[in-house]
Amino acid sequence: MFSEEEIRGFLQDVTDPEIPVLTILDMGVVRRIHWEGEALHIDITPTYTGCPAMDVIANDIVKRLKAEGVDEVFVKEVLSPAWTTDWLSEDGRRKLEEYGIAPPVDESADKRALFGAQPTVRCPQCKSENTSRISQFGSTACKALYQCNDCKEPFDYFKCL
Amino acid sequence: MNNSDLYEYTLRLGDTALILGQRLSEWCGHGPVLEQDIALTNIALDQIGQARQFLQYAAELKGGDTTEDSLAYHRDAHQFRNLLLVEQDNGHWGDTLARQFFFDTYNYFLFERLMKSSDERISSIAQKAMKEITYHAQWSAEWIIRLGDGTEESHDKIQKSINDIWMWTGEMLEADELDLRMHEAGIGVDLTEVTALWNDKVDEILKLATLEKPESAQHQRGGKRGVHSEKLGYVLAEMQHIPKSYPNSKW
Repeated sequence: MFSEEEIRGFLQDVTDPEIPVLTILDMGVVRRIHWEGEALHIDITPTYTGCPAMDVIANDIVKRLKAEGVDEVFVKEVLSPAWTTDWLSEDGRRKLEEYGIAPPVDESADKRALFGAQPTVRCPQCKSENTSRISQFGSTACKALYQCNDCKEPFDYFKCL
Repeated sequence: MNNSDLYEYTLRLGDTALILGQRLSEWCGHGPVLEQDIALTNIALDQIGQARQFLQYAAELKGGDTTEDSLAYHRDAHQFRNLLLVEQDNGHWGDTLARQFFFDTYNYFLFERLMKSSDERISSIAQKAMKEITYHAQWSAEWIIRLGDGTEESHDKIQKSINDIWMWTGEMLEADELDLRMHEAGIGVDLTEVTALWNDKVDEILKLATLEKPESAQHQRGGKRGVHSEKLGYVLAEMQHIPKSYPNSKW
């Protein structure tokens, strides 16, 4: 029987299907790992309620652990407490920027309610802070679309939740 | 709290999210510009995600063979409990935005309260969804201002859209007996409170948008208890046709 640390080691190989540079541990979606007898239970949490990646992630977890001989793996989706971008690891933020996605800038959930100032988002290409938002909604549920006013490159911004 | 009340209430939340998600999905590939096409499909996805959470819960409350899929795909119109507002036609861009703005603003204040629901499951779904809903409400309010305070043509068109959809907005703000029982049990919300906040926010945004709030008119109601407009049948025909044509088929 593997320890929790060993299981986490295996899960380092499971990446987010939509942002393949991030592992599910970087994302902070693995909530809890525990054994009940021979059965391994893993709780994961979605970034967005309708995130279509959750089923793929659950399958990938089961597949990765079966390869280590863990036959009984139960992956459960839990909602509370709700995932926040604060759970992205430092490592994850660095990898996101290198990949060309600006990491979330606010410290915690976006509480600007219906209106408010927009955050300053740094261009992942040229690092300029002179950027503007093109759309609140981007290529996936968790991203917004920005453009750099200096190098003119459009880029994704991982928006705060 | 009896179980069938909780089931009905959960269905209302789930069906409203599902039918709006289905309606918005119709825009996929038809948006006026790529970014807004993507925005609407993102919002549709969030709505369907929320619908799944509520319908999974409803299925558990119902027990037996009921699943989220059987609830979505194998019920007929009279068994749906969604608000009449969300089944109305997409119309043109302004019509969709008027519907969305009134709904998002309501949903924002509703979910803010559902986060404190004494039912743990509903409260945790609301806490998760609240963050997404905040983005939706921001987006649709910004569009109302842009269209209202835009050109003469956009102003007139969005004013007409607002006037046309108005008669469908009353139902969501009006508590029926189930709403009152759920509020009393600490599971639901006080809709009079939601109504006051909704009116303030709608007034504020319409003022910024240089638009007029319609005079109160006769409001349509019935969706919450399964009495729908003829629109819902068409929505369901499209949404359910694959699972009904190929029963028990899997991916």
